[in-house]
Amino acid sequence: MSQPSNFPPHNGSAVGARIPMVDSVDKVTGAGKYADDLTLPGMLVGKILHSPHAHARIRSIDTSAAEQLPGVYAVATGRETPVKYGILPIGHDETIFAVDKVRYIGDNVAGLAADSEAIADEALRLIDVDYEILPGYFDPEKSMEAEQDLIHEDKPRNIEKEYHHHFGDVEAGFAAADYIRHDRFECAEVTHAALEPHSTLARFDSQGTLTVWSSTQVPYYLMKTLAATLQMPESKVRVIKPLVGGGFGGKSEVIPLELAAAVLARKAGHPVKITYSREEVFYAHRGRPRQTVELKTGVTREGKLTAVEARIVQDGGAFCGYGVVTILYSGQLLNAMYDIPNVKFDGYRVLTNKPACGAMRGHGTVNTRFAFEQQLNMIATVLGIDPVEIRRRNLLQAPCITVNGLRVLSYGLPECIDKVAGQSDWNEKYGKQRFGKGIGIAGSHYVSGAANPIIRAQMPHTTVNLSADEKGVVTIFTGASEIGQGSDTMQVQIVAAELGIPVDRVKIVAADTALTPVDLGSYSSRVTFMAGNAALDAARNLRQVIMAAAKKSTNAGNQLTFDDAARLAIGPNETLTAAGTYAPPKDAQGGKFKGAGVGPSPAYSYSAQVAEVTVDTETGEVRVDRITAAHDCGKAINPINVEGQVIGSVWMGLGQAVQEEMVWEGGRLMNPGLLEYRSASTHESPPIDPIIVESNDPEGPFGAKEAGEGSLAATIPAVAHAIYDAVGVWINTLPITPEKVLKALEEKKKTGVRS
Amino acid sequence: MKKESVRLHINGKIRELEVEPNRILLDVLRQDLELTGTKRGCDDSSCGACAVLIDGEPQMSCLMLSVSYQDQEITTIEGVADGSELDPLQRGFAIEGGAQCGYCTPGMILTAKHLLARNPEPTDQELNEALSGNLCRCTGYVQILASVRKAMELLRAKRPLEVQPR
Repeated sequence: MSQPSNFPPHNGSAVGARIPMVDSVDKVTGAGKYADDLTLPGMLVGKILHSPHAHARIRSIDTSAAEQLPGVYAVATGRETPVKYGILPIGHDETIFAVDKVRYIGDNVAGLAADSEAIADEALRLIDVDYEILPGYFDPEKSMEAEQDLIHEDKPRNIEKEYHHHFGDVEAGFAAADYIRHDRFECAEVTHAALEPHSTLARFDSQGTLTVWSSTQVPYYLMKTLAATLQMPESKVRVIKPLVGGGFGGKSEVIPLELAAAVLARKAGHPVKITYSREEVFYAHRGRPRQTVELKTGVTREGKLTAVEARIVQDGGAFCGYGVVTILYSGQLLNAMYDIPNVKFDGYRVLTNKPACGAMRGHGTVNTRFAFEQQLNMIATVLGIDPVEIRRRNLLQAPCITVNGLRVLSYGLPECIDKVAGQSDWNEKYGKQRFGKGIGIAGSHYVSGAANPIIRAQMPHTTVNLSADEKGVVTIFTGASEIGQGSDTMQVQIVAAELGIPVDRVKIVAADTALTPVDLGSYSSRVTFMAGNAALDAARNLRQVIMAAAKKSTNAGNQLTFDDAARLAIGPNETLTAAGTYAPPKDAQGGKFKGAGVGPSPAYSYSAQVAEVTVDTETGEVRVDRITAAHDCGKAINPINVEGQVIGSVWMGLGQAVQEEMVWEGGRLMNPGLLEYRSASTHESPPIDPIIVESNDPEGPFGAKEAGEGSLAATIPAVAHAIYDAVGVWINTLPITPEKVLKALEEKKKTGVRS
Repeated sequence: MKKESVRLHINGKIRELEVEPNRILLDVLRQDLELTGTKRGCDDSSCGACAVLIDGEPQMSCLMLSVSYQDQEITTIEGVADGSELDPLQRGFAIEGGAQCGYCTPGMILTAKHLLARNPEPTDQELNEALSGNLCRCTGYVQILASVRKAMELLRAKRPLEVQPR
């Protein structure tokens, strides 16, 4: 795309180009700075004292000995910072440090800042906390029976939120079914485990302005939360996102250290940096909750789905976090990738005395999708319909609006199914391989950003500013957050394509709340669709500004190159600027029922995957041999990055399918380390073949949609299905460990029945 | 704790400094020498993000006391490029998408560098084996393996042609 190009007409050549990420040189040379790489003169080390109890009242905290230790500059506790916050306006239930009560092992009791890590550690040991231990709740079904010692006094029965949705008429739907199936699925809790531990550096300058550098996916929300909890005007708070070493949702809400560093910096009068240990990262969590799904599905003899009903319980941990959204996604996206006329959903988000769960890649949809796809494969098996075929018989007829009000314009699922079945030689392999070798299929879908913002404000979800200068350089000012997914590169490619200039002439300044306009953050796979559309809008506007100015000096009009037009236009103007915005259209914002705000998106991605496995019947071990993954991303702005996102999603799904699990004993995490958590190495990681499907969404920038999350959910049921094809057992609890496979094989031998 | 004088040979330069004898090399690199390309991803040598080369061998700098490595050549990611000329591995990682968030990248590149120095044409299994101590949460390793293969290709183009005896 470095060849000369006309301006206008634009040629779009930068879009679809396999170019390296714009920050790749910084990453491969070690020059790029992540939050923990930053230092400031006089900087102190911040540390947090965590609760050793899962549920306890704080009778008293004595910090005097810690305060008197030489080298300690500040100690802070909850009473000083009692302002409640939370990522959702309806979930403000957290404080920077615990006030009167701790709610999970690892809860934040106090913080301090000292000259060195050694002094900080010693000072932590000098803080004396008197606890009155309360009964802990660790199982959501039991937690829902609680009448006293509630986790939050305003949440009766420890239920954070429950939703009951009914669309169509499930009774009629089940009456019309020839076959109805009931199954129960259990999914273990998993976590993001981004390789970069959370880190925050905070500084107050002499004007009282707070600057925070943090490993965040949401600089804008962090800025607002800092202002609210520190009781400062937003104009005095600046958040800068340096490079972020992976997020996956774990940095998509405000994490306590981000606020603690600021509180301590203010109190100490020095910059303070806090970086979590790996164990602290595990306890900070906000990952995917343990979830049970009781699922009932009705189907005709021909395999047409008539009704689906789900009761879903999520073990949410001690705070709301994104939890209300998580439980809603688990219901709202239950049915919406297929044509199902009758749907009932009962969802319970339950509080327990464990770290809060939150948003993790595929937010809310993954465990439900596992249950649904697994059950669909079971149904296909019973009815003797090929599992590929049963999916084809239940496709949506897009464009359409689903029974629960989700608008679907582009729908690449049929092509995804065809492509994976073809490339994996499905017809030659399914049901036809030796005992122990199997192949399985499943699908998934996901939002391209939420059509309704978290904060209730009538403003664009993203604004992008552009400036063109006399050097012929166009600079993007964007609030969108690069977290390794290619956000910056995507915007550069879109602007370069629209203006018809080489990508190396487009520079980007991103994610600094003092310099860049508002973007809501990198979550719900919103960036390509929303920031991409805003960048495109800005580029179109800049083109008009330049052309209008250039036309004053020449009659050449549309024959001008960008350089000529820019020279003519900028000559008398010095620099030219333009802004672009994106807000989802009204008709994409969903229905009117309670909870309707979560699930609607301007566009949905679709995936279909085929997994191939070998099961060792002696050890129960499942080796995944290959995964073929087709993903409808609308249009690949950068195919290398799209493939990387699809592969990464599949791989993370694979971890959840066969090995990852947070193991709890009461409120204590038994495996808070990367080895114990069993994050896969190269040894356990199979070849993954991505296939890009481009359905060209009518509202996506250049047709683009989500690519970073949607593939994850299909992997788990595809693997589970392949295990069934290999050895004839359905495993309905995650992760599918060798023990579970062996046990199922033994059961099968005893009963002689394919479970 | 009383500080000791140490002389470290890092990226071809001699750095003399005073450190407490209990400081790990990772912290000395990052905090005292501002070589922040070496990353900390865990607390127990399980992730490989802190890998550096000691006399060409990859080692986890979070496990090593800085005072113990005074006579050996230490290479960090900052010492891999030849001036402004990127190493073939660095180019490979940029071209093939081997660096998404980039946090595991320095450790990956250094570990792969050691492998290719010993064995310029590793098999897939040898590659998997060599990189198995370096965790990545972004890529599923697929594009990392492609990046190393791209580097092998770039290195092959640089090597003088070997005449095979018939």
